[in-house]
Amino acid sequence: MSPHNVTALASAAAPGFVLERSEAVPALIGRHEDFLFISGLGGTACDVGAVTGDSAHVYSLGGAMGAACMIGLGLALARPDKRVLVVTGDGELLMNVGALATIAVINPPNLAILCVDNGHYGETGWQKSHTSLGVDLEKMAIGAGIKRTRTVAVEADIADGARLLREGNGTSFVNLRVKPTEPGEFKRNFDASLGRDRFRAALQRK
Amino acid sequence: MVGDREGFRSEGGVSMDAAVESKASTGWQHDLYDLLRRHGITQFAYVPDAGHSILIDRSLADSDVRSIALTTEEEGVALAAGADLGGARAVLLMQSSGVGNCINMLSLIKGGRFPFLTLVSMRGDFGEGNPWQFPMGQATQAVLEAMGVICLRIERPEDVISRTTAALTMVLKSGQSVAVLLSQQLIGAKPF
Repeated sequence: MSPHNVTALASAAAPGFVLERSEAVPALIGRHEDFLFISGLGGTACDVGAVTGDSAHVYSLGGAMGAACMIGLGLALARPDKRVLVVTGDGELLMNVGALATIAVINPPNLAILCVDNGHYGETGWQKSHTSLGVDLEKMAIGAGIKRTRTVAVEADIADGARLLREGNGTSFVNLRVKPTEPGEFKRNFDASLGRDRFRAALQRK
Repeated sequence: MVGDREGFRSEGGVSMDAAVESKASTGWQHDLYDLLRRHGITQFAYVPDAGHSILIDRSLADSDVRSIALTTEEEGVALAAGADLGGARAVLLMQSSGVGNCINMLSLIKGGRFPFLTLVSMRGDFGEGNPWQFPMGQATQAVLEAMGVICLRIERPEDVISRTTAALTMVLKSGQSVAVLLSQQLIGAKPF
């Protein structure tokens, strides 16, 4: 990711993009060993990597934008005994937002989606995303039929959002609004096949 | 793309094409479902399509499988990868027009070397009566092969089980990605 002066962007952010992702994401996840993770391809892969280390219970994208939620659905249906947390971004979710409808219809109780919504496409030069321009992803999730949703925009919302991600009588969706700042540095492996083998082997051992 | 061969059925039983479809689509589709189940497929992802209606209906009625209605075909590609991560087996049922929606998502399959099986009901080939179907129908195999998916085409009912069995072996034992193309000669051409 090339360096950008994101401070100026942060100050221009719409009201509601105030939380620091480096603090809010770990606070929402809590004990990461309780989940299997699917992450998006940009900042969210770094968010999850920073929380878990380079760990075998995480499958992170490096491309195939729009895949995260549906990989999570396939995994949650395959392993109803495990709790699956998809950590995606606003841009990635918007690219395949119909997946919310597909997931809502199935409504697996062991699936949770955390959208780290910074209102921008950080990977491609910090262009504004639709969520900076009025699109509300929690409302889209509600409209899709997901019953258990929250927007987490201030620190006081975090405990409730964290609880929702862990509770299990239906799929939950949390939209976390954060400042458009760089995610933490995290050196990750971009070999999609190695990631697959590692994830499967670790899961079979459990 | 949502298939609409329902319209074809409402044509009534008078056209030759309709007679071809009613004869061809009854037996082998049930055998095909049973074959997939015997091979441990438990996630059936689909976009509504009359060419796959028996497989879709059988999966919906089967309490041992999950039947997942998609809003677009690329969702099914990602779903299949997720199923594999969890040790389960999935199949994507789609129409040839939907193949175009999957192109970039197939990066996940190729890059991750995920096993992948899709059954594609063809449009825009043998006897097609809707000119809009030809661009994607004629490009289907080329597009799939360009993304690393091996294509096995079936023209005759008596080849369905043997060719799909071959596809299942390639996917489940060798970890390949394979598309079984069900031609319009097999499933019945849409005459408009």
